This record gives sequence, C-alpha cells and structure tokens, in this order.
Amino acid sequence: MTVVLEQIFNGFQLGFVYALIALGYTMVYGIIRLINFAHGDVFMVGAFLGVFGYTSWRLPFPLAILVSMVMCAVLGVTIERAAYRPLRYAPRIAALISAIGVSLFLEYFCSLKFVFGPNYRVVDRPFAVTSFRVAGANVSNIQVIVAVVVVVLLALLQYMLFHTKIGKAMRAVSQDHDAARLMGINVDNVISATFAIGSALAAAGGVLYAVAYPQIWPFLGIMPGLKAFTAAVLGGIGIVPGAFLGALIMGQVDVLSAAFISSQFRDAVGFSILILVLLVRPTGLLGSRQPEKV
Amino acid sequence: MKRGTAVVWALLLVASLVLTSGCAKKPAEQPGAQQPQEKIIKIGMIAPLTGDVKTFGESTKNGFLLALEETGNQVAGYKIEPVMGDDRNDPTEAVNVATKLCTQDKVKAIVGSVASKCSIPVSEVCEANKVVQISPTSTNPRVTVDLGRRKTYVFRACFIDPFQGKVGAKFALDTLKAKTAAVLFDQGNDYVIGLANFFKDAFTAGGGKIVAWEAYTKDDADFSAVLTKIAQKKPDILYLPDYYNKVSLIGKQAREKGIKATFMGGDGWDSSELDFATMEGGYFTNHYSAEDPRPEVKAWVDKYQKKYGSTPDALATLAYDATKLLLKAIENAGPDDSTKIRDAMQKLQMDTVSGKISFDENGDPIKPAVILQVSGGKQKYIATVTP
Repeated sequence: MTVVLEQIFNGFQLGFVYALIALGYTMVYGIIRLINFAHGDVFMVGAFLGVFGYTSWRLPFPLAILVSMVMCAVLGVTIERAAYRPLRYAPRIAALISAIGVSLFLEYFCSLKFVFGPNYRVVDRPFAVTSFRVAGANVSNIQVIVAVVVVVLLALLQYMLFHTKIGKAMRAVSQDHDAARLMGINVDNVISATFAIGSALAAAGGVLYAVAYPQIWPFLGIMPGLKAFTAAVLGGIGIVPGAFLGALIMGQVDVLSAAFISSQFRDAVGFSILILVLLVRPTGLLGSRQPEKV
Repeated sequence: MKRGTAVVWALLLVASLVLTSGCAKKPAEQPGAQQPQEKIIKIGMIAPLTGDVKTFGESTKNGFLLALEETGNQVAGYKIEPVMGDDRNDPTEAVNVATKLCTQDKVKAIVGSVASKCSIPVSEVCEANKVVQISPTSTNPRVTVDLGRRKTYVFRACFIDPFQGKVGAKFALDTLKAKTAAVLFDQGNDYVIGLANFFKDAFTAGGGKIVAWEAYTKDDADFSAVLTKIAQKKPDILYLPDYYNKVSLIGKQAREKGIKATFMGGDGWDSSELDFATMEGGYFTNHYSAEDPRPEVKAWVDKYQKKYGSTPDALATLAYDATKLLLKAIENAGPDDSTKIRDAMQKLQMDTVSGKISFDENGDPIKPAVILQVSGGKQKYIATVTP
C-alpha cells in the first residue's frame, strides 16, 4: 500500500508541473481560440532563466522564480505582438502555422552558442534534497515545494480571474470579443495580459521542472509541452479547472502505468486514455455546451 | 524540433535516397580522372559535436585530428583534406551528413560515427556509395552485420556489445558477488537496447536474477515511477547502459529514491561530464584505461596531454586508432580505389594504443575490454578482460 501511495506522490509531482503548462495552453485557447505551440518552449526558456537566476545571478530561489516569470511574461507578450496579433483576423490555420514557427525559432535560437548553447546542462539545485516519511511513503522536500508553489499560483490565478477587473475582462473577452469591445474593454490589452499570465505560469513550471529533474537543454519543452497540451484537451480545452484536472490525471497515468503496467507501454496508455475520453466526451472531461471559458 | 519539420525531413530523406542510389556507380569512374592532378584525398569524420553527448564528439575530433597531424596530413603522397560532419547524435541528421560527405564532398573514407544508432544508418549510406567507413566506438553488432548481411565497406575499431555485456555481467557475478540486478534502458537507442539485452542474457546465464527490466524514452526526465518500483526490489546492481548525461540524471534520482545498489554501465559513461559525485563507486566496461601500464598507452597519453592539456578518454583513443588503421590501409592500397582500400583494411594487422587489432570476417576487431570504477571524482583502473 505504501508503494502505491509513494507512486501517487510521484504522479502528483509530475502532474502539478504539467498543470502550470496546461493552464497557459487553455487560457490562450479560451481567449483567442489559438493553440499556442510555442508554449512548451516558453516553459524551456523559463527553466533556463530560473536556473541562471539562482546560479549565475545569485538570487534567492523564490526571487529567481519571480524574475523568470516576469521575463517570460515579457517574452509571451512579445510573441503575441510579433507573431499572432498581425494574424488576428487571418484564417485560424495561419496563426497555428505561425505558432509552430515561433516554437522552432525559440528551440533553435536558444540552441545557438551565444544564447543557451545546444548541450545538456546539469542543474545545481538551490537546496539539498531531503526526504521524510508520510504514512510510510517517502516524500521529498522537492515534491512539497512543487506542490506548495503550484497551489499558491493556482489560488492567485483563481483570485485574479474571479475577483479582479482584469479577470472579469478576460472572462468577457473569452465569451465574445465584439461584445466585450462594445462594453469598453480594450481587447488587445486583455489578450496581452492573458499571454503574460500564461507564460509566467509556464516559466514557474519550468523552474520547478529543472529543480525536480536536474538537467536542462533547449529542446526540453517539447515532451512536457505535448503532455500538457494533451492534459488541457483531456480536461476540456479553454476551461481552467479542466486543465488542472487533466494535468493531474496525465501525471498519475504516466507514473502509475509505468509502475504497475509496464514502463514500455507508458505513453501508449496515456494517449489511449485521451482517445477514449475524447470518443465519449469530445469536449473533454469538464467541457459542456456552455463552458465557462477564460 | 520534430513536429513541423517531420515532413521536410521525410522529403529530404527521400531525396537523399534517390541521390545515393544514383551515385552508387560514380566512384569507379571519377577518382582516376580527378584526383591525380590535385593530389588531394578527402577523409570525412562524423561525430556528435553538439547535443546530448557532445564530449564524445569533441574527443573523437581531437583523436582524429591528432592522427592526421602526426602524418603531416599526408598519405601515400596525397594531401589529406579532412571534412567534418556534426550529427548531433541524431540518426536523421547522421544520414544527411553522411550523404553530403559521400555525394557532395566525395570523401574516400569516413571515420565515424560515435553512437551506434547513428553509425547503423550511416553504414548503409557508405555501403551504397562504396565509401570505406570505420567507426571508432559504435559497439552494436548491427553496425557491420545487419540481418546476416555483412556490410563490406564497414569496419570498427572497438569490441562489440555481446562481449561488453558479458564482461560486465561476469564482473558483477564473480567479483561483486551480485545475485540480483535491475536494468533500466532507453527503448529507442540501438546501443542501449543491445547492451541491456546482452547483459541480461549473460547475467541470467551465470545464475543471477534480473528483478526489474524497465524502459524509458530519450526525452524522459522523470524516472520516479520505475525507480520507486526498483527501490522495493532492492537489487544488488542497477545496470544503466546509457550515455553519461542520462545515467547521471537517473543515478541522482535513484539515490534520492533510496536505491543502494551498485551502479554499472558500459562505455557510454566515459566522459569528463559524467556526474562523478552521483556515480561514485559505480563500475563500467570500457575500451582502454589511461592508467594501463603498457608503453604505447603512456606515449599516447603524453602526446595527447601535450596537445590538448587533458587525459584522453576512450573516445579520443579509439578515434586515433581508427584513423591510424584507415591511413595504414590507404597507404597499403593507394588512395585511388575504395575497393582496394577496403581489401587492405580487411587484411590489416596493427598494434594500436587500445591493443593489437586484426579484423574478423565481420570487420569487428578482436580485443580486450577494461573495467573501470568511478572513484574519488576519477576513473580508476580495475581489470583487463580478454575475450
């Protein structure tokens, strides 16, 4: 039993990180119906900046996360300005292709020698790893830190969406751009804010990922990005709680299928579940006819 | 990286296949006409100069260039023009680079690649173009022989994985007195799969028990699930047949999950970027040790140290040996005809730094392996095992 519990903790660690990426996918989709493929790469940039923050720039770890989040927010807004805004009224496929372009650009630009370089870097953790026992199962301090940071960020996001003006504006824009504009909402600013928030969350996820699995390189965002996108679809794309739920499920499926079925079938199991869910509920687990989108 | 470009790569691959099949006949008519006036012979090198195993590529390049430099960049009266290729440890990229070297640069021979998963597709390109290939360090059997078919232009300067796996398993059983082992391998890498399988076979044949057989993929960073599982089984040995970057990451997480097993692995560990602190006490099989008392080794280590300021690893040593073997074959056969170079290579017998080399009918050399231990931030020589 303790083994199962320990594996579930492992699954939560992974799922929480997926959740931070999935939220960005889902928020952007909810607002402008765009699958932002560059999101996984923003996550990668966040990981690098966070690690530079507490190593080269000698910032305390929480500040390093913040700095990385702010810088990635700026990056997200820049991407939106440069690559998506000019295509706002073009056919949707154009923006999608543009997103793939941005993704490849970030990967290969960051691979250049004078940016991050194409090689793997071993990450020095900002603190030593210790583990203690909860109900007989091993829990590491990293798992606790990941959980705490993610829950705090989620609470902040939830507060922002439902108790601030900008949150209200986002919800309005997600329902109807034109009506929102008639109500005096600056739609462009709201979209920029969405990108900023989504990218900042991905950056936080990146830093946590780098600390939890201490090795980084410029293509690190591809697989977690895909998994998080899957999670967002699984939960119902465009729905914030759905992305969180989907990410937790993906994390558990990843870990539990490797642990109790076979590590060789792990990804097959995860993606089969996605297909099954979509066959039964095409809008995802929490999707409905009148979804509350953000 | 993989998504958007997939279509482009597929097109390139088709184009390169068309090109290679079209050019297969050319070398027979061209060399005589072109080379004598210029007196230049081009020799290609393919290695992962960037990416996840970049220290392998750097060492290989160092060994290759040092071997050329020693001959004054001359062989059989021809000036050698080296052509470098970077495969980034990616099989698709390796095929592109090999095709470019064979059809565009028209190299006579290629030294490379390093990883088996790259050397196997490269060997097909070389075979089709009748370009002699010698891989310094690709240990998977399929590099020279695939499905019972010997690739006649392909050689290597290292032992092969059935031997390496057996040496590792025997050492675990006899010297470390291990009874149980867990194996964790990358299911998309020919080298890793091969080594894992050969270790498993030899370990069970010797009376040991494999208690966990777990796979992962190249992009995985989270090994918590399988490691938690392995920690319950308390194996004596955790066999990690992957490259230095991956085993460092897995090793770290394994210790954090409370796994006390002795780590073991293969020649993929040999890098200055291995996480020595994490892998402390682990053993791995390798091609050569800088601490080997033979005079050839000492001379080589001094030479390398003088030029590059560091101790040569097995990658550099074998690249040096492979290049020397190739140059000797070219000298014996003359630089004009690839087929003659190939025949001279097959007959070669030579003392190299990593041991006396002659090729069996598969183009694989018969030579000993060494066992090294990660100890105090360095590699410690433990034993030499002859086949």
